[in-house]
Amino acid sequence: MCGAVKGGLSLDGVDVAKEAIIQGQVLRGEDAVGNAYVRLLDRTGEFTAEVPTSATGHFRFFAGPGEWTLRTLAPQTEPVDTVVTAAKGVVAEVEIAL
Amino acid sequence: MSRESALVSADWVSERLDDPSIVLIEVDEDTSAYDRSHIRGAIKLDWTTDLQDQVRRDFVNKAQFEALLSDKGVSNDSTVVLYGGNNNWFAAYAYWYFKLYGHHDVKLLDGGRKKWELDARELSDETVKLEPTSYTASEQDGTIRAFRDEVVAAIGAQNLVDVRSPDEYAGRLLAPAHLPQEQAQRAGHIPTAASVPWSKAANDDGTFRSDEELKEIYTEAGVDWSKDTIAYCRIGERSSHTWFVLKELLGQENVKNYDGSWTEYGSLVGVPVALGDEPGVA
Repeated sequence: MCGAVKGGLSLDGVDVAKEAIIQGQVLRGEDAVGNAYVRLLDRTGEFTAEVPTSATGHFRFFAGPGEWTLRTLAPQTEPVDTVVTAAKGVVAEVEIAL
Repeated sequence: MSRESALVSADWVSERLDDPSIVLIEVDEDTSAYDRSHIRGAIKLDWTTDLQDQVRRDFVNKAQFEALLSDKGVSNDSTVVLYGGNNNWFAAYAYWYFKLYGHHDVKLLDGGRKKWELDARELSDETVKLEPTSYTASEQDGTIRAFRDEVVAAIGAQNLVDVRSPDEYAGRLLAPAHLPQEQAQRAGHIPTAASVPWSKAANDDGTFRSDEELKEIYTEAGVDWSKDTIAYCRIGERSSHTWFVLKELLGQENVKNYDGSWTEYGSLVGVPVALGDEPGVA
């Protein structure tokens, strides 16, 4: 998809104060990657969750406080690992470049 | 059952897309995924409406399942191939469901939708409607479905396998991390349950690990192969994935899926709950 959309997914209806949210966008250059998979790995590297990216390349997790690794898989691309810290009441925004 | 009869590869499916004896069915947690695109010729089952009673918390009954499959164009002699997103969680759930109602020839596409997409294989947005059939289901197979009383009785006596993530097992999270965490039930796990996250059975691309690797994973986690086994998760879909591994890939006898899972057990009054990373005692 050309021309990545800024702004991310809507948080309407989500009680942000109660959640430790990790969200962001997968990009290849300027373009959003809408057919990628983002895996959330815990501090031991164990799989915790996975989401496909939206058409605009966005993804979101409701994690717990602490350090997490995002592993991004996309067609014809080596996996990309990104470390992120989540905290309750905070939305951690991550941009992943393939 | 064995890996050869229960699991098919993406190549196997690609070569048979026009075979009318095969009914390809997509089942996703995100029930709108199919509507955006699907494997050519595949039909959709919606796990929230097609496979659940809309009043009670239970499955559709035999007559409803028969009506559903008849309307969808599935015959008793169809080879049903299931696939879906989220590493086949809900496709495995549907697989178990088809077995519960006695469908003979059902298979799972290894890696599901993710592997298909990562391989950059063709997807279609064409509407698919098969000719209606007259499907006859069997009574539910009670040997593969566990209810709460037998789960409580299994504490310290049978293998209980908790397939949720380590943080859900320990009680640090109440739901998978792609879902909001507000829930009514208590956090933790069933005492004596081994923690074997479903994801240990799968590679990053969603395909299953080899039989040797799988056997080692469950053995190391403390599964006693001489005992009966009950797998559970939060609502019974991830544990279908593990049920599939233990029963269909490894050929273990007497494996049940507890579809009530943590959303039921964690809400029960008077049952024991263990917190933390250790299984706990009976």
